[in-house]
Amino acid sequence: MHIADKFSKRPHDCGPLMLRYIFTRLGSFIPTFIGVTLISFMFIRVLPGDPIIVMAGERGMSEERYQEMVVKLGFDKPVIQQYWDYLTGVLQGDLGNSFVTKKPVWDEFFALFPATVELATCAMIFAIALGLPAGVIAAVNRGKFFDRALMSTALVGYSMPIFWWALLLIIVFSGNLGWTPVSGRLDLLYYFDDVTGFMLIDSVLSGQEGAFKSAVHHLVLPTIVLGTVPLAVIARQTRSAMLEVLGEDYIRTARAKGLSPTRINGVHALRNALIPVITVIGLSVGVLMGGAILTESIFSWPGIGKWMMDSIFRRDYPVVQGGLLLIAVIVMIVNLTVDLLYGVINPKIRKR
Amino acid sequence: MSLLRIRNLSVDFATASGQFRAVDGVDVTLEKGELLAIVGESGSGKSVSMLAVMGLLPWTATITADEMSFEGRDLTKITPRERRSIIGKDMAMIFQEPMSSLNPCFTVGFQIKEALRIHMGMDRATRNNRAVELFDQVGIPDAASRLNTFPHQMSGGMNQRVMIAMAIACNPKLLIADEPTTALDVTIQAQILDLLIRLRDEQDMGLVLITHDMGVVAETAERVSVQYAGQKVEEQPVKDLFRHPYHPYTSALLSALPERATSKILPTIPGVVPGQFDRPQGCLFSPRCQFADEKCAQTPPVPCGPEQGRALCHHVDAIEAGEMA
Ligand SMILES: Nc1ncnc2c1ncn2[C@@H]1O[C@H](COP(=O)(O)OP(=O)(O)OP(=O)(O)O)[C@@H](O)[C@H]1O
Ligand SMILES: [Mg+2]
Repeated sequence: MHIADKFSKRPHDCGPLMLRYIFTRLGSFIPTFIGVTLISFMFIRVLPGDPIIVMAGERGMSEERYQEMVVKLGFDKPVIQQYWDYLTGVLQGDLGNSFVTKKPVWDEFFALFPATVELATCAMIFAIALGLPAGVIAAVNRGKFFDRALMSTALVGYSMPIFWWALLLIIVFSGNLGWTPVSGRLDLLYYFDDVTGFMLIDSVLSGQEGAFKSAVHHLVLPTIVLGTVPLAVIARQTRSAMLEVLGEDYIRTARAKGLSPTRINGVHALRNALIPVITVIGLSVGVLMGGAILTESIFSWPGIGKWMMDSIFRRDYPVVQGGLLLIAVIVMIVNLTVDLLYGVINPKIRKR
Repeated sequence: MSLLRIRNLSVDFATASGQFRAVDGVDVTLEKGELLAIVGESGSGKSVSMLAVMGLLPWTATITADEMSFEGRDLTKITPRERRSIIGKDMAMIFQEPMSSLNPCFTVGFQIKEALRIHMGMDRATRNNRAVELFDQVGIPDAASRLNTFPHQMSGGMNQRVMIAMAIACNPKLLIADEPTTALDVTIQAQILDLLIRLRDEQDMGLVLITHDMGVVAETAERVSVQYAGQKVEEQPVKDLFRHPYHPYTSALLSALPERATSKILPTIPGVVPGQFDRPQGCLFSPRCQFADEKCAQTPPVPCGPEQGRALCHHVDAIEAGEMA
């Protein structure tokens, strides 16, 4: 169902229809939400490996102590019961505590979340800032050299495995050229307390010379790695949307007015082409979250992606369950926001 | 000096299946303040020839002409920038489909003021006043508040009025109206035509009216040019054309008018306009012409003199004399 069919005629109307639409969408969250709890609960349990053994590590553990832990973590109960306990906990806002750190999942999540938001935002800005113009230029020069080169590059970018791409960049820029650091968010030289959790902002606030530069240096490679797939997707989508729009009658009208090509392509065509592009940008957020898990692990970026990866290896059930759930909720909220954006971007809310 | 002078204009399209000649040696002359109608069936190259004048054809089109000048300026030699300073200002065009010819993402006010800004360099307040004035002029009620609406919030007739307002915004000397009423219902059609005629009289602009409706021509035009399969087959002042058509195609078009029908069944012209693959060797109308003979099928005709409407036909004299019946 598209928001189109829900809107009244007036474009920027935020009246009752709009509210009702939001509520309907929020209502559809509930089944998705339950589904995600179920999948994340099962996913981590299907993986081979016993969290208690993993926790014990090299030292091992006595049989007695093991049984004690089984009872303590509730593994003696039937699985259904365990799920039910988990679900009721979640509904009361309790995601449980990490097996490893014993801290609440919530607290860990919020401590690490800004790092991921910072990385994901930079990656998205990178992807949009390059992808939109590239797509527009390719469409305008359809079939010419730039178009062909760009579209082949985009295809490569889209199908390249993230970890391979990351390693390649690290070898070249960190290894051979020594331009960028390999991991982390900041040089150890600098230390300051979190204010916002965003390193780019905090480093400026700290007033320490060179801190901001260091933060930027650390961000560059992860941003490129994480932004590559969305960049390819956005460029391709922009190009095809532009090609479609450029054949429309109203573009001919714009040309008949004597407008410059820049204005025709950049204003009249792009504004219409943005409508489908916004959709893929929204969908890319989900992709970005998936990509963050790998990217953060490769660059030791202390965000929720790396946190999820580490927790999976530690079989830290509550963290994996809670983390996946929160990521899913974020993706859902972003998609809802994007849907609402349609109404702003596209006054003529088309019926299909 | 004529407002618009076109000699031997041809347009070829590069298509997947080879070159296709959509316009073939067309001549058009229009004086200041004159109204010329171009008629012909669908596919006869009416739109393409005028789009060529405006420079709005896609890159697949190749335009050749012995002469194509507007107020003495050679349109085949000007740079894109010079062209942009002419079209939308001195030379404007409105299109067949009002609903799709306006940008759905911008208000109609934005779209009309844009032309005023780039061509007239008006400031914001002047632009706004002028836009309201134009909307009043083309009969859009409640002009000031209509500026803020989007095209999809208005009817086709209103959108076409907006298109007209946009086209006449900079007081053009030439307005090309490409079937401005085809997509509209009958009562609105008459209103839009009246509007165009009125504007022509008020502003003394040249008007090229493309249509395939002979009825419209009879009511409005001064001179008529008949096109068939990319060629101009006849041209006459409107009264003479209706009284005495020389080309068999013109006769056939006229006898297809309801008020001229002699029987209850409206006569139609059998067959269709030839396309890329069934282009005859000789006269393009010969496969559908009741008078066609061997010569017509083999040899392309040359136009007659102006006294015979420059008719593109081998047998004008013979048909006149009643020898071909
Ligand atoms: N971009 C194009 N590429 C290829 N062929 C084209 C293109 N535009 C028009 N044509 C062809 O040129 C011929 C003339 O088209 P045109 O639009 O000028 O006809 P018309 O006389 O305006 O007809 P109508 O009354 O339907 O508007 C048609 O056969 C059409 O298929
Ligand atoms: Mg046409």
